[in-house]
Amino acid sequence: MATVELRFSALPEHVRTARLVAAAVARRAGVDEAVLDEVRLAVGEACSRAVGLHRTSGVQAPVHVVLVEEEKQFSIEVGDEAPDSTSPVERIPGTSGADDPDSDSEDDDMGLAVISGLVDDVEVTAGEHGGRIRMTWPTTPEPTTLLP
Amino acid sequence: MDLSLSTRTVGDRTVVEVGGEIDVYTAPKLREQLVELVNDGSFHLVVDMEGVDFLDSTGLGVLVGGLKRVRAHEGSLRLVCNQERILKIFRITGLTKVFPIHTSVDEAVAATD
Repeated sequence: MATVELRFSALPEHVRTARLVAAAVARRAGVDEAVLDEVRLAVGEACSRAVGLHRTSGVQAPVHVVLVEEEKQFSIEVGDEAPDSTSPVERIPGTSGADDPDSDSEDDDMGLAVISGLVDDVEVTAGEHGGRIRMTWPTTPEPTTLLP
Repeated sequence: MDLSLSTRTVGDRTVVEVGGEIDVYTAPKLREQLVELVNDGSFHLVVDMEGVDFLDSTGLGVLVGGLKRVRAHEGSLRLVCNQERILKIFRITGLTKVFPIHTSVDEAVAATD
């Protein structure tokens, strides 16, 4: 079962909320303090991408974020409902042939590039009912001598 | 935390001081600012990122877009950044090879390649 589940309308202003929630839950789950910045960034990237996909394909459904605390690991799944969302792209950002300097596809590629650069354990799946990015981080066991 | 933007002119350079979070929500404001500067004839930009708390790929996209725009006018876009968490994003995306990154505004303003 999910530790925390979040659904938000596919609007850019809500991505920050998702980042804050994910970082707070990750901290509680025991993700290393030094890695929290990466969690925040990776979740933001995945949510920005999902928001973009929903908006470009006219999907009204919310973006779905599932935060799961397990033994020794913490996972975040960001799901979109955009049909046939793009497959992972192996391309160096900034080298796409797009003429528009601010093209969305370039942002999208760069988002995936950032995620795969940040997170060692990442899984991107896409199907006709939407896509999903699952990212997993190790957690450190709670220190035993913490109570005052 | 929202995005703050202010610009000033130092010699032939325009310094854009950015503060706060650059993400999918706020990046369009930065894009507008850069486009406006280029449209007004400022082709040598220094983007001071010392006050930036958060930067994502949308922000990177806007900076790359700005670079393309100034280069079309044989201009330049230099960054000022000392924060490891922000520099890391440029590094993992390979953009440290694309942007000249300086440790201070003075250094960026004085730089001539």
